[in-house]
Amino acid sequence: MQDEVVKNIILGEDDNYIINVGPQHPSTHGVLRFEVSLQGETIKKVIPHCGYIHRGIEKMSERLTYPQIIHLTDRMDYLSAHMNNEAVCLCVEKALEVEVPERVLYIRTILNELNRIASHQLWWCAMGMDLGALTTFFYGLRDREKILDIFEESFGTRLIQSVNTPGGLMQDIHPGFQKRITEFIKYFRKKLPEYDQLLTGNVIFRERTEGIAIMTREDAVQYGVTGPSGRASGLSCDIRKIAPYGAYPRVSFKEVLRTEGDTLARYKVRIEEMYESMKILEQLTDNIPLGDYTAKMKAVIRLPAGEFYQRVETARGELGVYIVSDGNKTPYRIKFRAPNFSNLFVISKLAVGYKIADLIAISGSLDLVIPDIDR
Amino acid sequence: MILVIDVYDFSGLTQAIDKSLKAVMSPGWATFAEYVIIGLIFLIFYAILGLFLVYAERKVCAFIQNRLGPNRVGPLGIFQTIADLIKLLMKELVPIKNADKLLFNIAPFIVIIASFMAIASIPFARGLQALDFNIGVFYIVAVSSLGVVGILLAGWSSNSKYSLIGAMRSGAQVISYELSVGLSLLTVVVFAGTMQLSEIIESQANGWWIFKGHVPALTAFIVFLIASTAETNRGPFDLAEAESELTAGFHTEYSGIRFAFFFLAEFMNMFIVASLATTVFLGGWMPLHFGTGGVFNRIMDFIPPVVWFFVKTGIVIYIMMWFKWTFPRLRIDQLLTLEWKYLLPINLFNITLVAFLTLMGWHF
Amino acid sequence: MSALINYFKDIFFGIRTLWAGMRITGGYFISPREIVTQKYPENRDHLQMFDRYRGEVIMPHDENNQHRCTGCGICQINCPNGTIEVLTRKELTSEGKEMRVIDKHIYHLDRCTFCALCVKTCPSNALAFGHDFENAVFDKSKLTKILNKPGSSIIKEVK
Repeated sequence: MQDEVVKNIILGEDDNYIINVGPQHPSTHGVLRFEVSLQGETIKKVIPHCGYIHRGIEKMSERLTYPQIIHLTDRMDYLSAHMNNEAVCLCVEKALEVEVPERVLYIRTILNELNRIASHQLWWCAMGMDLGALTTFFYGLRDREKILDIFEESFGTRLIQSVNTPGGLMQDIHPGFQKRITEFIKYFRKKLPEYDQLLTGNVIFRERTEGIAIMTREDAVQYGVTGPSGRASGLSCDIRKIAPYGAYPRVSFKEVLRTEGDTLARYKVRIEEMYESMKILEQLTDNIPLGDYTAKMKAVIRLPAGEFYQRVETARGELGVYIVSDGNKTPYRIKFRAPNFSNLFVISKLAVGYKIADLIAISGSLDLVIPDIDR
Repeated sequence: MILVIDVYDFSGLTQAIDKSLKAVMSPGWATFAEYVIIGLIFLIFYAILGLFLVYAERKVCAFIQNRLGPNRVGPLGIFQTIADLIKLLMKELVPIKNADKLLFNIAPFIVIIASFMAIASIPFARGLQALDFNIGVFYIVAVSSLGVVGILLAGWSSNSKYSLIGAMRSGAQVISYELSVGLSLLTVVVFAGTMQLSEIIESQANGWWIFKGHVPALTAFIVFLIASTAETNRGPFDLAEAESELTAGFHTEYSGIRFAFFFLAEFMNMFIVASLATTVFLGGWMPLHFGTGGVFNRIMDFIPPVVWFFVKTGIVIYIMMWFKWTFPRLRIDQLLTLEWKYLLPINLFNITLVAFLTLMGWHF
Repeated sequence: MSALINYFKDIFFGIRTLWAGMRITGGYFISPREIVTQKYPENRDHLQMFDRYRGEVIMPHDENNQHRCTGCGICQINCPNGTIEVLTRKELTSEGKEMRVIDKHIYHLDRCTFCALCVKTCPSNALAFGHDFENAVFDKSKLTKILNKPGSSIIKEVK
């Protein structure tokens, strides 16, 4: 049994050409190593090696109190930082059975959707840049600056926001928050069709992504691929519809599903999700109820003994937070079910038979953020 | 009537220099002295044009991407390339452990020599052309295909897997696209009836070939633009040095002045190809004429031919830069499909059409 | 025959989409109004950050060199990674009682993650975020800052 395992790990026969893509590479978006076994230009086997940026977040959390864990979670998947924070807060609030004010629900949902749009904008920049269209990087970042200005005005931070705390928010929003969001929606609705003209409809882009690396629904279920990559294969896995939280039960939006499962489908799902997010923002922005921005919590938060689980939909998939508590003010064990960890390993099935250039396109379309894989 | 354009005839100047040199020394030494002078002029021209083109590329790229580009070093950043050149000269030339030393050192020089030889035969004005062969077009195409030898040597001798992949891709690409370049130039050769570059320009005295040879010349121009962008490893065909895939491909292991040679040679190849397109399709240094005689032609003649040449070449270079910064990259098999299944049949059909049109005299 | 028609349709589809992309970039090339670059070191005079920007943690002093820190140490307890150290000393008040007073409020800028827990949990609102973001130094010991200025004392009503 041990020998079989070892034999399976050895990559190919002697006359194969093995190259390492990464860990320092312009397009793996982080430190990730792909060991690729090639024959000419065709890929025969891909093995991803992760762990280069493991920081021990779960272990560090075992000696921090619950409000202090929040600032570590935003460094996991830093592009959907607010959603990570919200996951831990919701888990703690569920365990303590605390009812948060309405205002908090609306603001948290609005911040979620803004983070989702910002994350998809950065994904679009990086995907264009990987494929060689270097201008898309700058157009995406230019539009993302408007969202970062919204965050900076209200909370003072840009990429990672530590504004959540169990029971609500740490501070209230700035009076100019709603106006800026409305202006942003108006601006971005004009710019998003330009994205389509520049990249989506382009014949070169189509040739590079249509029909490449088809992921069937069974593959997605077997590997646990969630988020837009899973929805592009027909797997209906949006936590905002299955187990709604926050203000999601009060808004109407469509879950974007496609059945082709190739790289182009994963691309189109994300572009359409940006439209859906803007629809949600339009429904919520003008109707934020007045009230408290936090519920009354004790100074020291102690969870009752037991196990608690909460899942949220980040920009990349389903994030699960599992807290085992023994009654103290620090958790006994906290475990994060990271979406990128499951999304990564499907590459070893998808990339076989395609060329090196396609490996870059595939890992771009799966939208991996490496610190989330390693935590 | 003396045409205004005759004022800008440089052959008088060159004859005068030749006569004065022959008066001072023996004919052999005079020829040698002329070679040295022309070589120095071209070296300086090559270097300055390279600096200017790099600056232009960075500014064009920046404006397309909504930003400013170099704007600190010198007014509007025009000395930025000189600063980069000084930096590259001061960098350490890293010796590679198991590399083939002779080939590794020769490769950048081969690339530069190939482009230098091609630039020598470009006509800048009447009489301002260093090499005026009667097989001009054929000479340029032949000499610029020496560059691929340099690329292959660079990739092979670096002893690195990334470089080898990049060099093999580039070799296949350049060899395939030479066919399209040659065949698309052949259309105008058939129209003009000669391969000599100065004769081709003279034959455009009553209108440029892109207007006179209507449909086939326009098709040939577009095909030539696409094929020559692929020849020079630029734009959407730059997978030999794809930054986001192979971290610089065949010139990964080069540093300092050797890298500067590859970089410079790429920009000068772009200039050569653009000036070839200008000479053959857009009239070279010939001003815009419609027919012979007339007031419009006399007004056009006032602008010096050198200015016409550089403006037209500049426009073609801008179009090539526009391609690079808009489109994603093609994969190697799609690139070869484009050549063998699309460009080559279109070219062959075009040639037959042109031959027929010339026979019947159905062009302007 | 249909293969030939598809061939030409492919060519025209390709050219049309490529031209659509080129129009966008060409449009941006000729509009200098769209340039978004800010010329950073030259615009320091009128560069203003947002009010709530999280620069570095400071202790605001008013014009009499007085602050609001009582030396309770709650910020030190709440900080997740030991960025703050609060050192206190005993002082005699005018009535003769012994009172705890802040001696040094040490703040390590090189360890701070800007999580805002110290600012938000301080019971006397003594800490705030400054707007300074140019914090790069060549000597790491300069990043250990003492937040209460020398010779300062606490404001009377904060107890």
